[in-house]
Parts: sequence; structure tokens; C-alpha cells
Amino acid sequence: METTFPMRRIIGDDGRIVDETMKDLLTAELAWRLYTEMNRIRTFDRKAINLQRQGRLGTYAPFEGQEASQVGSALALEADDWVFPTYRDHGATLTFGADMVKTFLYWNGRVEGCVPSKERHIFPPAVPIATQIPHAVGAAWAEQRRGTQNIAVAYFGDGATSEGDFHEGMNFASVFRAPVILFNQNNGYAISVPIAKQMNSETVAQKAVAYGMPGVRVDGNDAFAVYFAMKDAVSRARSGGGPTLIEAVTWRYGAHTTADDPSKYRDQERSRDKADPLTRIELFMKERGIFDEERAEAMRTKHQEEIEQAVAEMERFSKPDPNDLFDHTYAVMPAEVAQQKADYFTLRGN
Amino acid sequence: MATNINQKMTDMTLVQAVTDALRVKLREDGTTLVLGEDVGKNGGVFRATDGLQEEFGEDRVVDTPLSEAGIVGTSVGLAVNGYKPIVEIQFLGFIYPAYEQIMTHVARIRMRTMGAYSVPMVIRAPYGAGIRAPEIHSDSTEALFTQMPGLKVVCPSSPYDAKGLLIAAIEDPDPVLFLESMRSYRSSKEAVPTDKYTIEIGEGKIVREGTDVTLIAWGAMVAVAEKAALEAAEKGISCEVLDPRTLYPLDRELIATSVQKTGRAVIVHEAHAMGGLGTDLVALINDTSFLYLKAPVARVTGFDVPVPLFALEDHYMPTPARVLKSIEQTVHF
Ligand SMILES: Cc1ncc(C[n+]2csc(CCOP(=O)(O)OP(=O)(O)O)c2C)c(N)n1
Repeated sequence: METTFPMRRIIGDDGRIVDETMKDLLTAELAWRLYTEMNRIRTFDRKAINLQRQGRLGTYAPFEGQEASQVGSALALEADDWVFPTYRDHGATLTFGADMVKTFLYWNGRVEGCVPSKERHIFPPAVPIATQIPHAVGAAWAEQRRGTQNIAVAYFGDGATSEGDFHEGMNFASVFRAPVILFNQNNGYAISVPIAKQMNSETVAQKAVAYGMPGVRVDGNDAFAVYFAMKDAVSRARSGGGPTLIEAVTWRYGAHTTADDPSKYRDQERSRDKADPLTRIELFMKERGIFDEERAEAMRTKHQEEIEQAVAEMERFSKPDPNDLFDHTYAVMPAEVAQQKADYFTLRGN
Repeated sequence: MATNINQKMTDMTLVQAVTDALRVKLREDGTTLVLGEDVGKNGGVFRATDGLQEEFGEDRVVDTPLSEAGIVGTSVGLAVNGYKPIVEIQFLGFIYPAYEQIMTHVARIRMRTMGAYSVPMVIRAPYGAGIRAPEIHSDSTEALFTQMPGLKVVCPSSPYDAKGLLIAAIEDPDPVLFLESMRSYRSSKEAVPTDKYTIEIGEGKIVREGTDVTLIAWGAMVAVAEKAALEAAEKGISCEVLDPRTLYPLDRELIATSVQKTGRAVIVHEAHAMGGLGTDLVALINDTSFLYLKAPVARVTGFDVPVPLFALEDHYMPTPARVLKSIEQTVHF
């Protein structure tokens, strides 16, 4: 088992290939796919921040800078797999196939935003840190017991590795050889706490050694590197090879949430020093001669339209219904709650 | 209580009063430590520890790893070995990884060692709904902690009380959970003495005097009860508003005296009805004041459903209208 964890890259900051062995796999089709999805979720993210500023959305957790990690990982999945995201992973869930209107609704405080679509297994975002990790392990374990090829992914941040649930989930995954990917986005910070204060290990990936599973460290701003690392881990899991811990080293460009002021704890001027994942793949495409500005422009317009339409639908969505406060806690409503509900509506006068 | 009339006063919000109390104790007592997620450089997500790391250093105001069990568990060791940890849990809704540590160790070590060991510490936690916070940030689960013998639970509703009670909590020989209503953090300012003072833990207060019915409320619900009391006054009903301030141990005497005077009580809390502190208050009133009652004791509470995402949170919370209706039913019973 590997005990040192160099960061794997396929393309450099300037878009040039640094791992020649991968050269033939970097097709124009794959590049366009990654680039397109990254552009789509970045457009979503920027729109969400604007809506929050205008009071049209609640507190929002932006992910700009992490697009390659989220898109690269989600594109390596199949429709029947399971995704267990955090509050910062709607870039990954949108790429995997989550509904955009519902994603907006979630950030508008609507429980409808937690409801998965029928076509995809997506757990509602984990808000308490690291709690989703054992869930993903359990869902993967269930697939394994049933003898399917499906797998599960837990998304989590660097801060999450300090919680017990991370370690317990890792151990269960390892003991039961669950077909699960523990996908860590090391974005440098847990709110204000830098990774160097979060842990005294050099890498997140090395924590895999303790649990006897493969640990992989990739440049999380290199969409190709993330995609192929995830592909490897996914095929290992599907073929009975058990879990993998992936550390995607990335960076959050903006605030922790729209309620956070990062200038309190870091130099925001320098927050964009790390090469932008979109620029990087664009440079690669230009270098390869596969970039096409007209196609890119058409893509941007399409994403703008898709997002504007989703916003309009969110804003047209029916008003929050107080029935929903009472109706979904149990399969059969206890008499006590039924009484509270009746009292509530009596006071409202209907 | 030691407020002397010549003291210098400054207008403060509740969260500023918390910071001020922490500063007083960090200055005065070299064994105190502030521990928590983002409490140092960032000054806390609500700025409750703003400026403290600058003043007292990284050694006393410590950004910990993201682990509630780790923070509270190591605080047990620190406390038993000469330090006074003042822990911030970022939101009460995220305290559960530390639940085992609090339930099994923080609350119990004195009893298990017949007093040879004790773990005086304060665990501060913002709680409650009403600020459009993201999902799971808005619970009000004080009753999970009032049923932990060995732990005290304090919940101030005003800046003045917050400072005096927090200093008292830090000086208390036993562990204290200190609940801070997010909704009250910046909702109003009040003149607060700039020097040190304490308010006795276990002492409630009458926020408004009245004769027809006693409203019992704490934290953010005190303002809701006061609003209902104003509206009731317009209908000729005189409400007394009582804030117990400490949720364990309760101020039995103050509650009994007030209810025996008015003969009626309406309890208001944000927490769910089932197993909420309201049921203990009903029992307390039953035990102390049954023969004085002119009507059954009423409760206005959060419903027995999880606190919803913010689009519905106003429907979950007790409102002045719900409290007023309960007051009228009680008075006209
Ligand atoms: C159990 C728990 N404790 C505290 C919090 C408050 N909180 C929300 S996000 C966060 C930082 C998480 O950092 P990380 O895991 O690195 O993920 P990132 O936000 O950077 O994506 C904290 C402390 C929480 N949500 N859950």
C-alpha cells in the first residue's frame, strides 16, 4: 500500500499535459463535457449569490473554485449510483442529475428542495458535518449485499475528517469492503480554520492507510485528474475491490457562506492565486486546437437561459404550505400532532 | 447580585454582553480558556468571541479542530486538571456528537467520585429559530439537557442578564450549559455595567408585573410573551411575565409565588410540546400551587414536528397571537 501521497495531475496550470501517459484519453468530447458542466454549475453558483444579495434566496454556500472536483467526480458515476452530498455539493448533484428548481428551492428554505427526483438516488444535503459518511457506507453495503454493481459516494470537506463519523465510516467501509468512494474536497478551510490547524497530517489521503484502503490525492482543480481518479475508484468498487478515499486538493474562492466575511481570516486578494479550474481546461482545449469560441458562447447562453428559467420557476412555485409542517413526520400522524394541526388551523381561521 | 448605582454603563446587544463577560473572566482568571470552532481568528460565527484572541492570544482563545466530542471530551480532562474551559458549540443543533461526553461524563464525574473530581466548565450554544438560518440550525432542545442531573442549564433573554449570568456560570463549581437565543443576539440594546457583576444561577425574574395570569417564558419567547401581554392589556387582562432565566435548577419559589398570586399560568416555549420543559413546569405548579389555580395551566409551544426549513419556521414558532388566545382561554375558563 502506498504510504506517500504525491498529488496527481494530468494538466498543469497552463493547460499543458503533465502526464503524457494519459494523453490519448483526453478526448475532445471529454474535455467539452467537463468544461460544459463546470460552466453550467459556475453560472448557477454566481446566480445564487446574486439572488441571496437581492433577498431572493436565503443564506447560500458557494463552491466557486471547486467545479473540477465536483464535476469530475460526478461525471464518473452511473444513474443508479448513490450520492450523499454536503451543503456545498450542489455542483456535484446538479451534474449527477439533480433538479435545478429544487436545488434553488432548498436554498430558499423549502423542504421540497430535499425531495430527490425519481430518477436519482440523492440524499438531502448533510448539514451536520460528516454525518453522511456512514450513510453512504450503508447504502453501498446494501448494494453489495443485493449483488448489484451500484456504488455510493460520500462528499465531505477537510474539516469533516476531524469528526468521529468520518473515522467510523472509513472503518466500516473497510471492514465490510463496501463499494463506496469517500470523496474529500480539501478546499483549504473549514470556515475560518485552515487545514494546518485542522490536522497535523500532511495529507488527507494518508488517513486511508490506517483503514487499509487505497488513498488517492489529486489536484482538485484539474478536472481530468479528478475524473480519472474517480473512474479508477468507481471501477474498483464495482468489481468488488472495496472502498477508496480520494482527496481532491482544491480551493474555495469565495466566502464559506453568504453570511461569512473571509477577510476576517484570510487575504481575499490572494484567494484566486490558485489556477482556476475552468481557465485551465479552456487553455488545454485551446492548446489542443479543440476550443471553439462560438460553441462556447452558445453553451454560455444556453446555461444562462436554463438558470433564468429555473429561477423563474422557483419564484412561481406555490407558497409554502403549513400542512407540510405536520404531514410528513410519521407514516401515520399521531393523535397528538393531529390535534396540534387542528388547533393551528382553527386559530388561522380555516 | 452586586450592581451598584454608580457603575459605568454601556449600551450592549446580547451578543456583545456575552463577549464582555468572556473578556472579564479571561482577564481575571488565568485558568479560563475559550475553545471552539472558529472562535479565534474569526471571532466566532456570531462574533461572540470577537477580538478575544487578539487580546488574550492563541493560547487562551483556541480554534479547535471540527469535533464537538473532541472539544467537550478534552475539556473534561482540562477541567479536572486545573483549567476552566469555556466551550462554544457553533449551533445547539450540532452539539450531538458531544452528547455522550456531556451526558455520561460532564454531568456525572462529581457524583461518580463523591466530589473528589469535578469538571466546572461552561458550554455556550446559540439556539432557536426565527433568523432564516439554514436547515438544522434552529432547534431548541433545552429539555434534552435539563434531564441531565449534574448539569445546570441557563438561558438569558436580555443583555444585562446574559453578562451577569455568564460570569456566574464561569464561576460556578459545576458544569453549565449556557443557551443563547440567536434571535435575541442583536434584537435590542440595553445598558449593561462595564464592570464585573453576577446574577445568581437559579434565580428567575419578573419581567412585567400583573395580576390575572402568569406567563412563563425564556430566551426569545420572553419578547413574544411580553407582546402578548401588551395585547392582553388592551383587552383588560393583566399579565405577569416571568423569566426563569435558569432552566435547571428552576426558581420554584418565584414561580409558585407568582402563580399563587394570579391563579393562572400560561407557559410559552419554542421547543416541542412533548417532553418540553413546560411539562415540568406544569408539574411544579401542580405540586406547589394546585389549590390556588382558577384554570388549568396552559402551554403554547413548538409543535411535535422537527423544526422546519425557514420558509415555514414562522408557522412552527409560538406567536403573540397563539399566546394571546391561550391567555384568553385561561382567563375565561
Ligand atoms: C457537527 C457540526 N459542527 C459544526 C457545524 C458548523 N459548520 C458548518 S460548515 C463548517 C465547516 C466545514 O468545513 P469542511 O468540512 O472543510 O467543509 P467546507 O464547508 O469547507 O466545504 C462548520 C464548522 C456543522 N454544520 N456541523
